[in-house]
Formats: sequence, C-alpha cells, structure tokens
Amino acid sequence: MTNKLHPALIAFTVLVFFFLVGPLVIVIGSALSDTTYLTFPPQGLSLRWFENIFQISAFRRTIITSLQIAFLSTFIALLIGIPAAYALNRYRIQLPGWLSTLFILPILVPELVLGFSILKNVAAQFSAPIFLSLVIGHSLLVLPYVVRVISASLASFDFSIEEAAISLGSPPLKTFFTILLPNVRSGVIAAFILSFITSINDVSISIFMTGPGISTLPIQILAHMEQFFDPTVASVSVLLMVLTVAVMAVVERTLGLTFLAK
Amino acid sequence: MKRFSGWTLASPATLLVVIFLILPVLATIATTFMTPAGPFATYTSFFGSGFRRTVLWRTIQISAITTIISLVIGFITAFVVSRAPGWLKSILIIAAVFPLLTGVVVRSFAWLIILGKNGILNSTLLSLGLISEPATMLYTQGAVIVAMVYLFVPLMILTLAGVLESIPDDLIQASASLGARPVATFMQVIFPLAVPGLIVGAVLVFTGSFTAYATPQLLGGEAQMVMGTLMYQQAMVTFDWVSASTIAAIMVVITIAVVLLMTRIARRLNPMAV
Repeated sequence: MTNKLHPALIAFTVLVFFFLVGPLVIVIGSALSDTTYLTFPPQGLSLRWFENIFQISAFRRTIITSLQIAFLSTFIALLIGIPAAYALNRYRIQLPGWLSTLFILPILVPELVLGFSILKNVAAQFSAPIFLSLVIGHSLLVLPYVVRVISASLASFDFSIEEAAISLGSPPLKTFFTILLPNVRSGVIAAFILSFITSINDVSISIFMTGPGISTLPIQILAHMEQFFDPTVASVSVLLMVLTVAVMAVVERTLGLTFLAK
Repeated sequence: MKRFSGWTLASPATLLVVIFLILPVLATIATTFMTPAGPFATYTSFFGSGFRRTVLWRTIQISAITTIISLVIGFITAFVVSRAPGWLKSILIIAAVFPLLTGVVVRSFAWLIILGKNGILNSTLLSLGLISEPATMLYTQGAVIVAMVYLFVPLMILTLAGVLESIPDDLIQASASLGARPVATFMQVIFPLAVPGLIVGAVLVFTGSFTAYATPQLLGGEAQMVMGTLMYQQAMVTFDWVSASTIAAIMVVITIAVVLLMTRIARRLNPMAV
C-alpha cells in the first residue's frame, strides 16, 4: 500500500502543486518583463522595474517602516513572550488554565476587528502616534507564535537542570541566559522568523493604521495597484519572495523545514 | 536571591493582551449596544438592509465553498504527501510552506495577473480559439473563491499531512489484508482517523475566509463586497464607526460560533479529539 498510490492520486497531486507554484512563477516572470504593462511570459528581460521600486519614495519609506515595525514588534513579543511561555511550562500548577488561551486570543479574534479596535479605542481615543499603534498591533499579532513555539521547545526541556544550577548558587537571570536560553535557541530562532514574516506581510491590522506620512509595505502595494498596473508590484513581490526564501534557508539550516509543518 | 513567580513572568504578556486586545475589542462591541436609538438599533438596521444581508450571505457562501474545496484538495494532496518517500516529501512540504510564507497581497496579486481582462488565462483561451473575446473573470465570486482556495490549500495540506502521517502503515496494511478494498480502507480507516485534522483545517479556513480583507478587495472589489471589505469601507471611507463596530461584532460572534460548533462536532465524531 505504502508505495502503491493510485496513478490518479499522483496526477491530482502534481496538478495541485502546479496550482500552488505556478502563480508565483508568473509573478517572477512578470517582474522581469521589459514592458510598461504586466505580461507573462515576459517580453524582453529587464531589471528596470526593480530599480523603479527604489525610485518611488513611497516604496522606499514603507520598506523601511515595515522592517522597523517587524523588528520592533518581534523583539517586544520575544521579550514578553519568552517569560510567559516559561511561566506556562514551569509554573503550570500556579497559573490558571485559561492563561494559555489568553495568549492565543490574537489568532482567534479576527485581525480586522483587532486592527479597527486599536484604531478606535487606542489610537483615536488617546491620540496615540500611528507608529506606536502599529507596533502594538503587530506585537499582539505575533505574540501567539512566540508563546506557542517557545512552549513547544520548553516542553522537552528538563527543568531539573535549571534547579541544579540554582541550587549551586547561580542567580536567576544568569541561569536564564546560560542554562535556559541556549536550550531553547532553535525555538527562539523559529519564533523570530515566524513573527518577522507575519508582521512584514500583515494587511488586516495595518490597513486601519496608515495615514498621511506613514504606511507599511503591503498597504503601499495595495495603494500602488489601485493606480498603476505596471510590473513594479511584481518586482516588490519578488523582493518579498527572496526574503521568504532567505528565511526558509535559515530555518532549514537551524531546524529542518519539517519544523514549520508542525 | 528570590526567584520570579509565575505571575510576575507572565504579567507583561497578559497585560499587553488585556489592555490592547480584550479591552479595545470589548469596547468596540459595547458601543454597538449604546446608541441613542436603543440597544439593538444598529443590529436591526444591519439586518434590515437588503444590501448588508446580501453581503453577509455572500461572505458565508464564499467561505463555505472555499472551505469545502480546500478540504477536498488538501485532504487528497496531504494523503499523497504523507505516503511519499522521504526526499520527495521534503520537497513537497517546501513547495507548500513557501506560498504560505509569501504574503497574502503577493498571492492575490498573482491571480490579478492571471484572471485580468488581458490576463494570462484570457490570452491563452483566446489563442486556443476557445473563446472569441476576453471573458470577465475579475470581480466575480469565482475569482474570489479561486484566490482564497489558493490562499488556504497550503495551510490545509500542512495541517492534514501531520495528522495523516501519524496513521501507522500497519493499520492500512491490516485493513487491506483483511480484504478491504483501497476505497473501503480510505473511507473506513483513514478518513475517521483524520477527522480531528479535517475539523481544525475547516475552522482555520472558514474563519480565515470569513474575515479576509485583501483577497476579496483585490479580486472582488465593490462588486463582490464581503464583511471584511464592507467593514473597512464603513470604518475608513464613510467613517461610520458605529456601523463598522456592528460588523466587527457580527464577525466575532460568527467566528466564535464556528469554533465552538466545530469543536462540538469533533467531539461527537471522535471521542479522542480535542
């Protein structure tokens, strides 16, 4: 049975993967086209649309904003998410059961609702700066990934090692950095990457928190598409894909890709 | 030296979620009941409007169709992936993870190129002589569904491949050696064991499509307005925040209802499930 899959099933699977990869190949092809309109297969090869991205100041600005927000919100989520995941695993008896559900709420609540609620009840109500609101929204968005991934790597951590260090006189913070953190290193890397990618690609939260002068890359892509149908967007998409490939390569090096399938 | 207690360590994350998620979302929902016209006025006006009812119904339809198609495609593909030899399995998983990590804007944009009036599909069909003039494919319900299925199939494959992989080969061989045909083995052994995974996948896809914004906006536009795009329009174009809050509240209620309903179905179908 194992090696005898029905040919129809195999043919179907081939078609599905063609369906999954094909559209992305088309985007790459369109980005390389020398024409002023989107076309595939590309007519004439050119990298001019990649140069064009950096000639449009809105793209330059939003790429920087998106990177800043992704780094900041991932950093905040790691800073508060790692202790939370540690507490959930180490002090399971002390803490109520609903606490772990609380940390996955940002996934359960529709992103649009979260984005709108932060706009209405935080940004507008307390006239918080847009950049700060974006960082708050994105930190919430990525927190569940951090807590979940770190919890998963802590599940196999033997807390008696930490006990041993403490009973031998190691202070708590030193124990954390020298004993615990090295043991969950791969989890931290995975959490960082998942959070970073999630933040960079986010539309539903950011869409409510862009205004004059501040916007994120995906929102800028949407805005550009409303006015122009040239290969610029395809080239930006390729840049984002290159980023994704780079990230996948890091995951592959450190953890093996099957990690992402869990 | 005193050690940190569990609450001390968990409190920053807890505070972030409580202050910036729970309170603002509850406040959004609360305002819908506090209008001068009475506590349920916004809801009677929502459901009283034929246009809004159409939008809600369309969203449910698109989400349900997307979920069913994604379940079927995802299940068959995940089955083949889970039984593939090691090296091939890695390649297939990479091919599924890559689109998943590529943003929703990029993936929807791809379909804009394919389905446009001068898009690849139209020009291919024209050159093959299958159609005589370009067909309108963008801004139809079909376009939104195709792009949503594209969005969610990788998620379904990855969710189900894990579940299907955990079904031991022995079980399938036992079923075959006891005389079950492949189809019977599939329906009576593999399918029931995959039910928990199918439910998780269905919940993820349904709630994801129900609250989607970018894909329906790009491929459906005004013509195929759904709850997400309507909510954005109310909030950011007409600045009717009470109406946007009402849509938000309806979205939250439906999302929670689907999660609870599906978990209950999962329990009934499989006592071993979550």
